[in-house]
Amino acid sequence: MVGRRSLQGGRPATGQPSAVLLYIFRRLVNVVVMLLVISLVTFGIFFMVPKLTGSDPALLYVGKNSSPTALHDIKVKLGLDKPLYEQYGMYLKGIVAGRDFNNGPSVSHCPAPCLGYSFKNQEPVWGTLTTALPQTASLAAGASVIWLVLGVGTGILSALRKRSVLDRVTMVTALAGVSLPIYFTGLLTAAIFVYNLHWLPDLGYVNFTDDPVGWAKQLILPWITLAFLYAATYARLTRATMLDVMGEDYIRTARAKGLTEGVVVRKHALRSTLTPILTVFGMDLGGLIGGAILTENVFNLRGLGYEALNGINSEDLPLIMGVTLFAAFFIVMANLIVDLLYAVVDPRVRLA
Amino acid sequence: MTPRKTEPTEESTGVAESAVSQVAPSAFLSVRDLRVHFPTDDGVVKSVDGLSFDLERGKTLGIVGESGSGKSVTSLSIMGLHRNVGKKRGPSISGQVWLDGQELISAGPEEVRKLRGRQMAMIFQDPLTAMHPYFTVGQQIVEGYRQHNPQVNKKAAREHAIALLDRVGIPQPDKRVDQHPHEFSGGMRQRAMIAMALANDPSLLIADEPTTALDVTVQAQILDLIRDLQKEFGSSVIIITHDLGVVAELADDILVMYGGKCVEKGPADKIFTEPEHPYTWGLLGSMPRIDRELQERLIPVQGNPPSLINLPGGCSFHPRCPFADRTDGKSQSETPQLTSVGENHLAACHMSLEARQQIFTEEIAPRL
Repeated sequence: MVGRRSLQGGRPATGQPSAVLLYIFRRLVNVVVMLLVISLVTFGIFFMVPKLTGSDPALLYVGKNSSPTALHDIKVKLGLDKPLYEQYGMYLKGIVAGRDFNNGPSVSHCPAPCLGYSFKNQEPVWGTLTTALPQTASLAAGASVIWLVLGVGTGILSALRKRSVLDRVTMVTALAGVSLPIYFTGLLTAAIFVYNLHWLPDLGYVNFTDDPVGWAKQLILPWITLAFLYAATYARLTRATMLDVMGEDYIRTARAKGLTEGVVVRKHALRSTLTPILTVFGMDLGGLIGGAILTENVFNLRGLGYEALNGINSEDLPLIMGVTLFAAFFIVMANLIVDLLYAVVDPRVRLA
Repeated sequence: MTPRKTEPTEESTGVAESAVSQVAPSAFLSVRDLRVHFPTDDGVVKSVDGLSFDLERGKTLGIVGESGSGKSVTSLSIMGLHRNVGKKRGPSISGQVWLDGQELISAGPEEVRKLRGRQMAMIFQDPLTAMHPYFTVGQQIVEGYRQHNPQVNKKAAREHAIALLDRVGIPQPDKRVDQHPHEFSGGMRQRAMIAMALANDPSLLIADEPTTALDVTVQAQILDLIRDLQKEFGSSVIIITHDLGVVAELADDILVMYGGKCVEKGPADKIFTEPEHPYTWGLLGSMPRIDRELQERLIPVQGNPPSLINLPGGCSFHPRCPFADRTDGKSQSETPQLTSVGENHLAACHMSLEARQQIFTEEIAPRL
């Protein structure tokens, strides 16, 4: 279109690449600061609160019936006897430079992005998280495609055919979708399609690189279950936004120009409708990659959500810390990406 | 939906008599017995109820009235911009709108769409909300132009848009064409809106309160622009406003609306010098005039606009009319008909012509 070529001339604030780069740099600094604050808060909660309630983090490492000397030894070795700020400093240093954990007889090395060492899993937390990430990412990616197509599509159709049978059916279904919890819909679909009809393999996970079809077969149920929940929200959001947009003055102007209704809807209404949905989508996706605890546990996926629950159940503090920071990172990054995209979509937004 | 059958035609002047005929009127734009009724939960809102007028080529008609008098609904009906017409929750529209020999109310939506933006175009009240925030001004002009001229390539259409922006007085049009509406000032935005409406050189231009959302300093410029463009393009113009001052210098004819009906229409100079309807007197009295001695205060029209669901019986203006008691009760019981009070000058009032002229010269004129 005409505007594409002349971007520099027309948009002083967003058009200059250096301004945009500067903005991204400033936002990235913000991201680091925010992650530091989040890590500080989580660190405080998970390492200080146990102390206040009388239980000792070191106890978790040595077992309940250990001698006081053994307990003291492990404290010294893990640095748990040091003041909290020093422990936090060591934690941060580990993220940047790596860290060694002296676990009695052996020394375990935890390489550079060291988010702590899980003695329960006998491996650095980073390793657990990176192993878990593909499962969560697969789940989130597939589900998000389904819910976007389904939710936004039905939302638009509902808005265009307001009060029609389709609209009513969609909205009732959407209400059900928002109201039914994952552990109900998930277990129900699993019971039917896996255990009764045997259409799908037993719950679990297959690597995409090993067997793409098997991967999809394993994930189709969790995708649909998760997508159903989100699609419901998106259908309602899209419908409401679209109805608002269709009542805007500029839609009437578009019609007054003699544009066909198809152009009015596809070009003018759709673009305004999708912008707010983009924001919500970014947040949701970021949050999901941080872990879909219920879905992963229902469908026996060893993703970040599963690890989070695992960490909580086994009081594995480094793991909980790690998952929290990991999730926070994805949410904050999603936030940044959405803001950048928003400036591309909406010319009124200036990156400054 | 045939209100004309259930109710007697309320306007039975010489003009309305011919309203039922299906023969194309000679005027360029001819509105005949237009009725636009909106069903609501509280009852039927009769936004426009039996409106008729003619507009010749190259002439300007001012439609004046307060909020809710049916001015904007009328213009949207002409443009065919009402949604869900004839549906359960949509408005029912009856009557005829003849544009250059073609009847629009009974025409199919696709036929009317092809006329929109090409033969008839509209300028809206608030250019900020009336333009799409995501598209450049150029894109918005080009899209209307190419919709009706698909053979024109993008480059030529862009040149056309720049020429239009230049014509409506936007400086540096080759740069402004790539800017978004929010980068324009209010006055410039309305100029761009006008350029958008003129993209296909329409023969009918409807301006719905074109200056209401603008700074006072810019209002006169926009009105001057509309007048100049009309001379240049030779379009017929309808200016819809609540402000008689806006149409004072622009309009050839003025139509005063009240409660969805025409209460007075005639040549502009007659409406200003010899107004015949008490409501027109009220409008004139509430218009600030800088060329007069400062008076103690303006003379407002008393009371509030009527509910369009339950219009007062008889003359719908009677509860607010200071002279309603001079009609022997007819104001409360009978709907006044539009009757000729001079050449091309009609008014709907129960008072006799002599009585009105006496009231105007003795009581109203000195206060204006």
